[in-house]
Amino acid sequence: MTVISNVVKGLGCVLFPLALAAPAHAADVEVLNWWTSGGEAKALGVLKDDLAEKGIGWKNMPVAGGAGTNAMAVLRSRVASGNPPTAAQILGFDARDWAQRDTLANLDQVAQEQNWSEVLPQALQEFTKYNGHWIGAPFEIHSTNWVWGNKALMDKLGIEQPKSWDDFLAALKKAKDAGYIGLAYGGQPWQDATVFENVVLASGGADFYRQALIELDENALKSDTMVKAFDQLRELLTYKDSNSSGRDWNLATALVINDKALFQIMGDWAKGEFDNAGLKPEQDFVCFRTPGTQGAVTFNSDQLIMFKTDDPQQKEYQETMAKTIMSPDFQIAFSQLKGSVPARMDLSADKLDACSQKGYEQVKQAADADKLMGSLAHGYAAPASVKNAVFDIVSSFVNSNMDSQTAATQLARAVQGAKS
Amino acid sequence: MSHSSSKREMSARARWQAWLPKLVLAPSLALVLFFVYGFILWTSYISFSASDMLPNYTWVGTHQWSRLWGSWTWGIALHNIWVFSLLYIVSCTLLGLLLAILLDQRIRAEGLLRTIYLYPMALSFIVTGTAWQWFLNPGLGLEKTMHELGWTSFSFDWLINADMAIYTVVIAAVWQATGFVMAMFLAGLRGIDGEMIKAAQIDGAPVWKIYLRIIIPQLRPVFLSAVVVLAHLAIKSFDLIVAMTGGGPGNATTVPATFMYSYAFSRNEMGIAAASAVFMLAVIAALIVPYLYSELRGPRS
Repeated sequence: MTVISNVVKGLGCVLFPLALAAPAHAADVEVLNWWTSGGEAKALGVLKDDLAEKGIGWKNMPVAGGAGTNAMAVLRSRVASGNPPTAAQILGFDARDWAQRDTLANLDQVAQEQNWSEVLPQALQEFTKYNGHWIGAPFEIHSTNWVWGNKALMDKLGIEQPKSWDDFLAALKKAKDAGYIGLAYGGQPWQDATVFENVVLASGGADFYRQALIELDENALKSDTMVKAFDQLRELLTYKDSNSSGRDWNLATALVINDKALFQIMGDWAKGEFDNAGLKPEQDFVCFRTPGTQGAVTFNSDQLIMFKTDDPQQKEYQETMAKTIMSPDFQIAFSQLKGSVPARMDLSADKLDACSQKGYEQVKQAADADKLMGSLAHGYAAPASVKNAVFDIVSSFVNSNMDSQTAATQLARAVQGAKS
Repeated sequence: MSHSSSKREMSARARWQAWLPKLVLAPSLALVLFFVYGFILWTSYISFSASDMLPNYTWVGTHQWSRLWGSWTWGIALHNIWVFSLLYIVSCTLLGLLLAILLDQRIRAEGLLRTIYLYPMALSFIVTGTAWQWFLNPGLGLEKTMHELGWTSFSFDWLINADMAIYTVVIAAVWQATGFVMAMFLAGLRGIDGEMIKAAQIDGAPVWKIYLRIIIPQLRPVFLSAVVVLAHLAIKSFDLIVAMTGGGPGNATTVPATFMYSYAFSRNEMGIAAASAVFMLAVIAALIVPYLYSELRGPRS
């Protein structure tokens, strides 16, 4: 008997590396996340402190690296072995995947109490609700169509904040001619895709973005507009330096901070790097929506999903946690540290910094105009399989001299292949 | 102590001794059967199932296999593993043989040199990969150093060049494994009968001819072992790629092992990942099974 149970345990050990981790103590919540770096960990600390005030212990379960890939692998093994954490940080389509498997707790009651359906933008509700039931509490909204610029360099070179795509390229050219790096670029697939989605939005507009990257319409994917977008990406890439391959995003941001590069296209988490360097928004560095994408916002958002449990106390904690996350005070405090904007659209932005204030207004406007759309690079436009198929083609394009027509055709084919 | 009881004792002990090895081996046999062969079967089944994020046992026939072969990245991965394996095996074997022959000339400090050449094998692939990545990175390593020393026209950017990156992986892998292959050949060389070589020398054969006609042909079993060891290392190569290029630039250095990892863990495509794993196993089996067969059957031939 013990041999058999040992074999079974051993099997669990091999299949699911963390299956034998001791279950959370009854009075604790166990939260799986990949927030391990400075600003992120601090932001998460706000939740920990808020819960501590309510007498709820915190068992942190950080799994670093891979933009959550490693954390998701751990989560899968935990759920598959029947020992899910209390809650987990998650992005976009992954939340739906778990809901589909009927593993998530229902948060309808909290949602109704706090009126989530009124305060959260519709585009985000697509991911926090499944089949009409609430499954996740969003921490914040990040947007990915931002440009971060070095103010001193702009002043020195006489560059105004560009309004159109052509102005943007002209500014980059000026910097390049003056011996600087025009575009600080990190050559990793997700960063390639982040820049790509900016270019698609700038060249094709919001409707095209939605058609091609969210609805995954085959004709849109191989359309002339997409070919043009690849052309524009190719042109943009001439302003990056040659040693960008494999560079991390924060190292690319550092190029802007250290007066080596003029602009970087990156989500608003980049602001944390400027903050850490002691730079002030709109004084030492500038932030503006990627030229050509004004009016639209591509977003991603970290959510906390709760796993089904029979323990009434854990259930209560889960609801408290969801309620805390969605409370106005928490939403503001969290975004202050994380560089994002609140997921609720009904708050005052006074306590946020200049960039976030601007960003929050723009997110609200985009939400009203139905131009708030999920970011492809961050799992809010298409499922993981499709997302990575797009990464494949875009990265191949960036790292070779593939022509735009081929890229668009291959993109359509890859997306079809991943969808089937 | 009566005679008969000691005899019974003897036979009990003999029986015990006959059973003991079987008893000792049984648990490990059961574990191997379960964990190795059991999971090979399980993975094979998964490759015919609808598994995506989690295992799902719905049978879908060859759907995942056709998606695997229709995948753009899988094509790149196969091309890369072919280029990589070929260059890796050939370079390691030739360099290893050359080093072994040179070391076999009764030189001084042979033990020291042998150790120096063999040490890279003691490093993990992650360390090798990271070190070579730093060394070959144009902004950090060789190129930057050359520029700082004043040779400004020097350029070696293979690591970040999608067309050449796979060759940098070959360089690092060869650096690591050559010493090991050298050790294998050195052992082989030491085992060759000196009489034959002396006879050839008396006949006035030149040195290169002695090597080409007498020594190297006798190393045939070493060649076979070296190729088999290197081939399965090549097909399993994963950590070196991850540490050195992360599969990039783009996906220029994707190999089947990194492909499998990415499909299983970041793309929620467990079915395709399982299909690629089974394919890799089949290729390795095609190499190893005939080799093992010939080895086990060896004495009779």
